[in-house]
Amino acid sequence: MPSAAPSASYLTSHSAILAFLLVVVGFVAVNLVLWKIIRPSRFSEEKLTTYECGENPTGSAWIQFNIRFYVFALLFIIFDVEAVFLLPWAVVFREIGPLAFLEGLVFIAILAIALAYVWRKGDLEWVRTEDRQV
Amino acid sequence: MSPDRIVQSALLLSLALFVVGVVGVFLRRNVITVFMCVELMLNAVNLSFVAFSRALGTLDAQVLVFFVLTVAAAEAAVGLAIIIAIHRHRDTLDLDAFNLMKW
Amino acid sequence: MNAEAAVFYVLAAITVGSAAVVVLARSLIYSAFALLFTFVGVAGLYLLLGADFLAATQLLIYVGGILVLLLFGVMLTHKLYDLDLRSEVTQFLPGVIVSIGLFAVLALTAWRTDWAGGDGRAPAATTREIGQLFMGRYLLPFEAASILLLVALMGAAMIVRRKRSA
Repeated sequence: MPSAAPSASYLTSHSAILAFLLVVVGFVAVNLVLWKIIRPSRFSEEKLTTYECGENPTGSAWIQFNIRFYVFALLFIIFDVEAVFLLPWAVVFREIGPLAFLEGLVFIAILAIALAYVWRKGDLEWVRTEDRQV
Repeated sequence: MSPDRIVQSALLLSLALFVVGVVGVFLRRNVITVFMCVELMLNAVNLSFVAFSRALGTLDAQVLVFFVLTVAAAEAAVGLAIIIAIHRHRDTLDLDAFNLMKW
Repeated sequence: MNAEAAVFYVLAAITVGSAAVVVLARSLIYSAFALLFTFVGVAGLYLLLGADFLAATQLLIYVGGILVLLLFGVMLTHKLYDLDLRSEVTQFLPGVIVSIGLFAVLALTAWRTDWAGGDGRAPAATTREIGQLFMGRYLLPFEAASILLLVALMGAAMIVRRKRSA
């Protein structure tokens, strides 16, 4: 049967991630348990309120969010995917030559149109110009 | 674990993940939950692609996963925008209420 | 049982377990956070199967992007102080029957088939090779992906834009 066993260097180089993960999870777990054991617990209404730099909070923090946030999340995810596509390109374009460089530029240019579109339509402004006029 | 066993185990795992997604689409009526289950199924398919890439020794399947990820991102962007727009008009997220184009 | 197998089983348990929580949780917020663990588990499995760059991509796009977008979707469509985040479970019996049947058929196929066919390849760093494939055989899909993203952004921004109130 095919598929060779993973090389030792591949597994060891990535086992560092596993080590970090174990340390992180262990650190949080140990601290939480330790606190639970040694801290005194005296609850009061005051302690449970949201800390707002000394101000008394008004209303709940669980409100419906402004739709504007969604447009920014949208932009983020689109350019997130673009960045992921550009990473392998950045590794190889020098060895392939100027044509590969040009291909990457076309990719970026097409997504620059996306940025220009939302900019021109005023989605990037928190208070849109047309809203202001109304 | 021998290399062949790991490919087969990963395939079975991706099957389990896919079926969990199918169960979710059947059982839940909230459109955002159903959306999450679709993401589960996409992940399951990607996992099977990676397992095949390991078995066949080529990277083409992994490149395919990149395009699936791209489509998933586009789908999430447009799909959630549609969900928000429908919610604005209908004030519900129940799938059975979205019956305007049904006859 | 060696270390690789142990890591595989732990990741498998995390992935399928949290996927089950996604489906069965009563609250949408619980489902969304369980989905986080599923995505991270799948990223770990990618790494184990020798797709290191893809594992990083999974974290970037799914955990960093799609999941955040999903949480925004939850927060934009629910007034959280109403705690109206519940969603009902319906069609229990037919759903379970169909799913078990589907799983049985697919699992039988996966188990019976001999997946030999290629030479096999020891897992190693993949970023360079993926870049070469993007610039070579998959150049057209590579450029088409950017157009897809452009169209998706335009469409979603247009749908979500509030009409000017008269």
